[in-house]
Amino acid sequence: MTGMHGGRIAIVGASETTEIGVLPDRSMIQLHAEAALNALADAGLSAADVDGVSTAGPMALEVSHHLGITPRWLDGTNVGGCSFMLLVRHAAAAIASGAADVVLVTHGESGRSRVGAGPRRPNLASPQGQFEAPFGAVVPYATFTVPAIRFLHERGLTRRDLAEVVVAQREWAVDNPRAFRRKPITVEQVLEGPPIAFPFTRDMCCVVTDAGGALVLTSAERAADLPGGAHAVYLLGSGESAEGPLVSQMDDVDSFGAFRRASAEALATAAVSHADIDHLMAYDAFAHLPLYMLEDIGFVGRGESGAFIADGNTRKGGKLPMNTNGGGLSYTHTGMYGMFAIQEAVRQLRGEAAVQVPGVEISFVQGVGLFFGAAGSLVLSSRQP
Amino acid sequence: MADGAVPVPTPETAPFWAGTLAGELRIQQCNSCGKHYFYPRPFCRYCQSRDVAWRAVSGRGRLVSYVINYLPLPPAKPNEPQIIALVELDEGPRMMTNIVGVSPDPVNLPLDGRVRVDFEPRGDQALPVFRFTEEATR
Repeated sequence: MTGMHGGRIAIVGASETTEIGVLPDRSMIQLHAEAALNALADAGLSAADVDGVSTAGPMALEVSHHLGITPRWLDGTNVGGCSFMLLVRHAAAAIASGAADVVLVTHGESGRSRVGAGPRRPNLASPQGQFEAPFGAVVPYATFTVPAIRFLHERGLTRRDLAEVVVAQREWAVDNPRAFRRKPITVEQVLEGPPIAFPFTRDMCCVVTDAGGALVLTSAERAADLPGGAHAVYLLGSGESAEGPLVSQMDDVDSFGAFRRASAEALATAAVSHADIDHLMAYDAFAHLPLYMLEDIGFVGRGESGAFIADGNTRKGGKLPMNTNGGGLSYTHTGMYGMFAIQEAVRQLRGEAAVQVPGVEISFVQGVGLFFGAAGSLVLSSRQP
Repeated sequence: MADGAVPVPTPETAPFWAGTLAGELRIQQCNSCGKHYFYPRPFCRYCQSRDVAWRAVSGRGRLVSYVINYLPLPPAKPNEPQIIALVELDEGPRMMTNIVGVSPDPVNLPLDGRVRVDFEPRGDQALPVFRFTEEATR
């Protein structure tokens, strides 16, 4: 395992699609391609340099063939929106083992316009289809959200704590021209917003957008010789874990075991502690997720997540700036937000974010897949240790 | 009961759905480790033993968590708020379900409140839904 962590693998190219948001003139596969070409240009590489391709959504070979790449390594691991954390981790292992030299990881989803996207229909003979869908637990806002009331109840927290997450993140989005929701908002306005699925109002639920993103990874050794090497970001550690596809069957309702396991392995493989982390991306499809993550990763103790956010610790000037692009709640969310969380971590580490936090050297990226189904964690750094 | 998706039983789950049509909540118990488990499968989820048996259970349990969905999508009836809930059975397993018999308001939905199964028709199947009972919260 030592070969894939500790800064031996680098992200040398990273880019989103040129525009994000509402893009009815681009199909799903074009969003992959546009992001891929942007990321390759960012790395100073061409498609001919790529020998490994991975994605989640379409099959990896759909992307490689579309781009004119002949792969010798493919990965199509799909565990929902945090697949891209796992794909980065798997790419690092492949590069460390010699199975690939330059890996392109792509995402593209026409989540809002649904251009070139297949139908979304539950399989009613699957376990989810039989034991969750008939009760209306199908759409994310009425399924992923079901455990939240229990989480709040167990800790003496309230809906205000969910609203505080929205307010803290909106503060970042206000100054980010690419963010989808940019209007300043108060706790009262969040609570009085259109009800979606109690306890969640509209702004506690992510935006729905069209966008793509891509990453190019190679060895730190090779990165040093590339044009993209000057802004390389290094993988210090990573972890992944999963429970299952039914949110009703998660081991604990008010804590997610896969967050605990994946993040612990990421910190251990990176050989860093919580105090070393300068910046956090916490995948926020809904406002309860950063609360779960802060506690399950161990940045705060049980029950302390609400006050930690309400007291401003994750805002500008706070001790743990979090979701600094505005997050899935305000920046963008195509349906699989993981790629965009990684992109923002890379921008912060390079010092080129829309709302830059001064002096970010180590960023922690926590992803979630499905509805408390899977977890992927990355520890990224601007410097090789 | 609002309209909605109709579950499609598989060979492994058919006894569960035959039970709901007969007005019985049937779940499986492992004869090796003694645990009840859910959803149905012909081996134990905890110890993987294939020595398991179907049991008709009381259908009593407690409300663990819920949302009130104000925006149900078809085939559920739009604009008819739906209480989507997690219920933990006294035997241990947890199920996704709907709470029925109360208006969809948080004041009517005490966490840990005692509930009991009821069955409502859905297409050619019957769904296990839950109602609050008069029992004191344990």
